[in-house]
Amino acid sequence: MIDRRLVEYFDWWMLALTAILAGFGLVALYSAIHAGVDTSNANLFTKQIVWYSAGTVVMVVAFLFDFKTYERWGHLYYILCIAMLVAVLLFGKYVGGSRRWLAIGPFTVQPSEMVKLAVIVVLAKYYARVSNINGVGFRELVTPVVLTAIPFALIVKQPDLGTAMVVALIAGAITFYVKIERRTFSCLVAGCALVIPVVWMFLLKGYQKQRVLTFLNPDRDPLGAGYHVIQSKIAVGSGMLAGKGFLKGTQNALDFLPEQHTDFIFSVLAEEWGLIGSLAVMLTFLMLITWGLGIAQRSRDPFGKILAVGVTAMIAWQVFINIGMVMGVMPVVGVTLPFISYGGSSIITMMAGVGLLLNVSMRRFMFEQ
Amino acid sequence: MSDVVRTYLESTDSDWFNQRLTILLIFVFSVFAVLVARLVYLQVIEGKEYRRLSEINSIRLQDIDAPRGLMFDRHGKLLVDNRPSFNLHIILKDAKPLDETISKLSRVTGESIEDLEAQIEKNKRQGPYTPILLKEDMGRDLLAAIEVDKYDLPGVVVRVSPRRHYLFTRSAAHMIGYVGEISAGELKLKEYADLKGGDYIGKFGIEKSFETSLRGKRGGKQVEVNANGQVVNVLNTVAAQAGHNIILTIDHQLQTVAEGLLADKSGAVVAMDPNNGEILAMASSPTFDPNWFVVGMTPEQWNGIVANPFRPLENKAIKAEYPPASTYKIVTALAGLEEGVIDANTTFFCPGFYKYGNRIYRCWRRGGHGEVNVVKAIEQSCDVFFYQVGEALGVDRLAKFAKASGLGRRSGVDLDQESDGLVPTKAWKRKRFGTAWQGGETISVSIGQGFNLVTPLQMAKLMAAVANGGTLFKPNLIKSMQSLQDERVVDTVPTMEGNLPVKPENLALVKKGLWSVVNNRRGTAHSSRLKTIEFAGKTGTAQVVGRKTVEGLEEDQIKLMHRDHAWFVAYAPAENPRIAIAVIVEHGEHGSSAAAPIAKALIVAYLNIGEAEAASAGGGQGARAGGPRAETPQKDAVIETPEREDTAPAGGEQIPND
Repeated sequence: MIDRRLVEYFDWWMLALTAILAGFGLVALYSAIHAGVDTSNANLFTKQIVWYSAGTVVMVVAFLFDFKTYERWGHLYYILCIAMLVAVLLFGKYVGGSRRWLAIGPFTVQPSEMVKLAVIVVLAKYYARVSNINGVGFRELVTPVVLTAIPFALIVKQPDLGTAMVVALIAGAITFYVKIERRTFSCLVAGCALVIPVVWMFLLKGYQKQRVLTFLNPDRDPLGAGYHVIQSKIAVGSGMLAGKGFLKGTQNALDFLPEQHTDFIFSVLAEEWGLIGSLAVMLTFLMLITWGLGIAQRSRDPFGKILAVGVTAMIAWQVFINIGMVMGVMPVVGVTLPFISYGGSSIITMMAGVGLLLNVSMRRFMFEQ
Repeated sequence: MSDVVRTYLESTDSDWFNQRLTILLIFVFSVFAVLVARLVYLQVIEGKEYRRLSEINSIRLQDIDAPRGLMFDRHGKLLVDNRPSFNLHIILKDAKPLDETISKLSRVTGESIEDLEAQIEKNKRQGPYTPILLKEDMGRDLLAAIEVDKYDLPGVVVRVSPRRHYLFTRSAAHMIGYVGEISAGELKLKEYADLKGGDYIGKFGIEKSFETSLRGKRGGKQVEVNANGQVVNVLNTVAAQAGHNIILTIDHQLQTVAEGLLADKSGAVVAMDPNNGEILAMASSPTFDPNWFVVGMTPEQWNGIVANPFRPLENKAIKAEYPPASTYKIVTALAGLEEGVIDANTTFFCPGFYKYGNRIYRCWRRGGHGEVNVVKAIEQSCDVFFYQVGEALGVDRLAKFAKASGLGRRSGVDLDQESDGLVPTKAWKRKRFGTAWQGGETISVSIGQGFNLVTPLQMAKLMAAVANGGTLFKPNLIKSMQSLQDERVVDTVPTMEGNLPVKPENLALVKKGLWSVVNNRRGTAHSSRLKTIEFAGKTGTAQVVGRKTVEGLEEDQIKLMHRDHAWFVAYAPAENPRIAIAVIVEHGEHGSSAAAPIAKALIVAYLNIGEAEAASAGGGQGARAGGPRAETPQKDAVIETPEREDTAPAGGEQIPND
């Protein structure tokens, strides 16, 4: 059954870039949990290795079967994810004022992470069918908008504005890739320009406006997000050119940053490894994203192309938002840095995404003449 | 379909789709360029400054505590406020050299070095920049000493935080409640998500039920500190939001009177405005000082509270359940009249006992009451009359009325730990004991003994409904709430729960009986009548059965524990009532002698007729029955009867006239 060409075409570059990022992640995580006085998080390192292993298994499953299989059955995964998002709102665990996690047996999963891939797959399947040289029009946009709006609304409700935004941005990137018909595009832009002020003035309540404003400008919350941004900027900036050295970070050690092992992990890296280390990580990300787009280019199958763009967009957006947030140029949101932040749902989702990229990459020959 | 697409893709793939990809790629590179530029700015251009800021960790957050809402009585008298507490903290990272600082601190404060070090060790995990609390609520002398030595004590800071203060140390303690330090378990609850360890929250009473309104919202400051940890610059401030002030419905003066009357006794008093359900006084005795919970108790204080057999921490007004005894005859009478079992003219003959099956049920008055109608039966608390009403009604019809009168369920007052009470039915007994209801049990229930249980608050609520013509109000503790942010005062709207299911003429009959209890010569509370004003009431004497013997009691205390509970429920004035009252005195023995005088004194105090009463007594009109009399309980004579009542002051064996 195994075609020899599958092995021949295996994308070792992609795998290597992922492994390098995971390596950076483990180093940063080790710093984040060992430098402080509080060592209660020490077991997270072992757990993270478990997540990488589980992620590897999921990744293998994701590339082993022909991506056509996922095209056929993707909607089932989508429905499962939506059901879990509904379940989160009903039975989810409250942590810090929002419901994001669902307890399934001994595990807690974050369905908002899983649903990203679901949206990518169903949109790719749909667009692969309807796209044409002039781009998609209004009629073809209805389905993708609905498919995106459902998880978007459920995630906003948790509330997790950051992840909801990522879902919308991924859908936007995919739609941009398949091209929107010129007139439709103009209408949409004009429509948004009209609708947004109306929503702002008449539909949002006072506290909702406050939340959005704080989301866009963390300085409005000087005791929470605004303070974290200051501390994060100090951490990054104090790394200077060469960094303070492994386990020598002080910002990190003082527990000034919340979520330093998840959302703010890049600040730990930047403080200890300086500009050199930070650039190395960013360069690796840039290579991985470029490579992902290259896979889309080389694929001969429309579903495969769109799938590859979608997964790459997911990784790219999260890198932009997370690193931007840590450096104080993006809103403070709960978006993880792919492959590096601590967390099972994030790691497994990202590695499943890599599995799909490998899948599309190694099966590019199938449509060659 | 898909063939069409494929053909299109294959024909154009390299040109067109790649063009889209190129745009995406340009976008990705531009964003990376921005991020790299930002990184270079932070790490290279501003790097030195950030390195400096990170070395002394100069940007810190300081809390600004939100003052908790104050409480006032209905006339605006301040009952609960906050006072400043000066707390001594140490910030480890600034306190260098640490050993030297600690030994200096030990000299100034008088605390041993070991104690200080132990306290630091315990809290070290919070991080070197988190102030560690060393001493709470410092005295003025110590505060002055610390201020003088400030520059020799690096990293030692004094922070002021508001602390709860209950002005009247033992007054309304059960109702107002107290605050205490949040526990580790409570910190995990969603409702306390904004709080941190060391914060105080309401633990009991109104402090607990209105926690969210009272608490307010903590603010904070972003500050820049120098190498010694001293603030050199305030970067940003978020003001704290004070909690809402609460104006209670209680009348502090009346509350004080009630507590004075209950002092040295075990029991409870509830006074209510019958026109809107506002609680005017709620006292439970013995009581405690809520300040103990704020500043912490010595083991002796705590053991004293816990070992007290009269349960000082229990709010007897809402939690303690007692047999209603003869006060329940109000319910039995209403039920009998409404169900047509009796009417205004029905009379029963009371020979002093009633024979049911082969058992004899005695009236509290051995000689009997003779021919009795419903008004006289209430007035003289004739047991035999109500035995027969109860028998004709059956327990379930009686229970229906009791439940409609607000018994057997919580009154809905905004305090936790309220008890349900108990209204027995046939179905209840089958479920609870698995046995059938006995006819004799109905006989006991009809005069409020047997399985019946009520709380003082339930009885006050019922009395208020009788007084106001039949409306049951939810007992209300909060007159209004005042927001300090917008200066808005929100009044509580009275909540009507429903109506007593009675016709006005039947209620009027019962009210006539209640009036006679006090104002008729043969009424059981005649000795407590007032000259300037007429009020109505009902006495009750609840048998104490099967009380567990408490270890470690003196013999006379054990004897006391077996005495009956004294009840009195009342409203005043009899016409257009303004106050409804329930009084219970545990082991007070007789409603007329132990409980009724308390209700009388409350009425005098609330209606402000003290002077008028004294004047009219001085007029020489009623010197005979005026002052409190030592009553001689005829205990031996009535020992087997299910109900005992004081004899009317006039005494005698003759059958009284109507």
